[in-house]
Amino acid sequence: MTASPLVPARLAAVRRWMARPAAHPAKLAQFDRPLAPWLFVAPQLLIVAIFFYWPSVQAVTSSFYLEDPFGFGAAFVGLDNYRDALASNEYRHIAGFTALFAATVTALSLGLGLLLAVKADAVMRGSGAYKTALISVYAIAPPVVGLIGMMMFDMHIGPFTQAAALFGWDMRVGIDYQDTALALITVAVWKQIPYNFIFFLSGLQAVPSSVREAALIDARSGWRRFRDVTLPLLAPTGFFLLVINITYALFDTFGIIDVMVKDKPANNPITLVYKVYLDGFKGNDIGGSSAQSVILMVVVAALTVAQFRLIERRVHYG
Amino acid sequence: MFKTVSLATLVGALGATSAFAQTDISWWHGMGGRNGEVINEISMKFNEAQSACHLTPLSKGTYEEALASGIAAFRSGEQPNILQVFDAGAATIMAAKGATIAAEDLIVQAGKPFNREDFIAGVRNFYADADGKFIGMPFNSSAPIMYINTEAMDAAGVEAPTTWEEFEAVAPKLKEAGYIPLTASQLTWMFMENFKSRNNQQFATNNNGYDGIEGTEIIVNDDNTVMMFDKLKEWADAGLFGFYGAGWVDNQKPFEEGKVAFWIGSSGSFGGLQKTATMPFSAEFLPYWDSLGEGTQSFIGGAALFAMAGKPAEENACTAEFFSFLTSPEIQVYWHKNTGYVPITTAAYDMAKAEGWYDETPVAEVGIKQLMLPGGDWSKGYRMGFYPQIRTVMEREFNRIFSGEVSPKDALDTIETEANGLLAKFAKTAS
Repeated sequence: MTASPLVPARLAAVRRWMARPAAHPAKLAQFDRPLAPWLFVAPQLLIVAIFFYWPSVQAVTSSFYLEDPFGFGAAFVGLDNYRDALASNEYRHIAGFTALFAATVTALSLGLGLLLAVKADAVMRGSGAYKTALISVYAIAPPVVGLIGMMMFDMHIGPFTQAAALFGWDMRVGIDYQDTALALITVAVWKQIPYNFIFFLSGLQAVPSSVREAALIDARSGWRRFRDVTLPLLAPTGFFLLVINITYALFDTFGIIDVMVKDKPANNPITLVYKVYLDGFKGNDIGGSSAQSVILMVVVAALTVAQFRLIERRVHYG
Repeated sequence: MFKTVSLATLVGALGATSAFAQTDISWWHGMGGRNGEVINEISMKFNEAQSACHLTPLSKGTYEEALASGIAAFRSGEQPNILQVFDAGAATIMAAKGATIAAEDLIVQAGKPFNREDFIAGVRNFYADADGKFIGMPFNSSAPIMYINTEAMDAAGVEAPTTWEEFEAVAPKLKEAGYIPLTASQLTWMFMENFKSRNNQQFATNNNGYDGIEGTEIIVNDDNTVMMFDKLKEWADAGLFGFYGAGWVDNQKPFEEGKVAFWIGSSGSFGGLQKTATMPFSAEFLPYWDSLGEGTQSFIGGAALFAMAGKPAEENACTAEFFSFLTSPEIQVYWHKNTGYVPITTAAYDMAKAEGWYDETPVAEVGIKQLMLPGGDWSKGYRMGFYPQIRTVMEREFNRIFSGEVSPKDALDTIETEANGLLAKFAKTAS
């Protein structure tokens, strides 16, 4: 009973705390009760916790264990799984290809997407048809893209293979490492161009016509106008796309690769994510696969931080 | 309309369960296409043949995906009653002792007759323990055989070889007649595993891995295996062997199109090949090396069914019931005729023979005859953990041999080193 007088006092304190004015009323959006925003984001946080934090913790934990596939016993092996992965020539080779693949795919799909957007933006007649044709590729699912790519580069009936043969190039996708790498990059870029195209085009259309007209008076060279006026105004879009494209090349190309190497990679180029899948799901090596995915997680986190630190500073959001 | 139908189904389903108190059991497998359909047909036959149990088959994609789903399900306690596991995954599931109930124990406990001698010789050991007890129930079994383009034989005026020495004699003539003499799908199965079995060569220490997991090491860079791959490379360079990568179909297609004289494929490819081949074909045993021996039986390929542990007794009784049903001659012959997989019991083989199936289609008999050849010390089977990963290493190195990146000896050395690393790792997980 002694606590009872305290209860109304506590409640009043809570009520005061909830009703207290925000620190910067002029700048921040206001909620009458500070709990309310937490309630609003709770579902989102719950989803993030269930689908991101919990599996991440699981991956980190199992990367320190050597486990039999059925889960009857797990032996703590410390950093052995990491050591095995990093010491393996094959893993380093795949890491090297992944870096090359991500850089090439990102550069080409950003470059071509921008080029097409600039050209489509300049078209007056029938621009809708061009735009639709360029965008529609994006609606194709990655495995289907892989399937189309596989048919195009098929060693018996592929039109690209036959075209290469006309130039005396014996293209052997699936056997020759370089030929397969070329095919993978081509298909991955083709799939991503429309996405970049959409964003660059809308970015271009957001450039005010007054600015364009002013630039037209200042400079006759179209290239200079593009470099000095349009490109800086497109920088926020470009930066966003850079982050998205690197993530795409590292992770979302999985479906394309899986279909194009026909589920049997042999000596064909694959990316680190595909290796995680191979060892974990097909090889049933949970510890080794977890260690690899943790390495990948760290690399991607570092890459993202570096991008924001080094590049985003130069981006002007207008 | 839709509502009425679904309501009727619902009422029907409820009625069925309450009226007969059926026990439901599930079967996860890794087969698609026609083979997947035949699995559904067999399940339906089982459900019609008795009323106590109801079996539901479910395709989980490929063999590897079926194994991975089965493992994931087991870890969360949601495993099916029956899981199909392919040859390369056998060691993984058999090492996990608490994950399965030995098929033989299950059948005997259910009071059903079981006799190991009923099964044909080549099938008896692959999914059994060192004492010969059946852990997995052999199901779809196949053998690697040599398909022959008979038009090519006539054009070059040659006979199909039974040994690789004979192949070397006829191959140049076939090339002259405008054919690629030889292609093969899945070199891991054809020229590694079954090079070992047909020529009676040891594949791993510890009695091919049967005697224990600890200390088992693969043997792939010995003189004879190196010789086999040196020859393949030599043939490829001379235009006598066409290699089209690790994909199965890429190597089968030129044969279907009539460009190739001999294709090493699965006895289970027969059904499909009848539809796709553009020329008449026959088949013979997978050739062996005369210099190494007489040509012993091959390992069975394909897959077996495993009864998963942790299920109630009445469900296990139903699983046993189904395993017995599956080995009955009628069902075996039905499966054999519709898929091209071999019948696994002598009774089923005799029944197919008596029905005149092999007079109609002699090719269908080649696989089972090869599995019934005399066995050697090393032709029973092999048992190596993480073997699917070892196969991946082999596929990578084989491709590198034929793209000219490495010599066969170097490739086999690499396989030996990496495979032994994986085997040592597997031994640690299993201890």
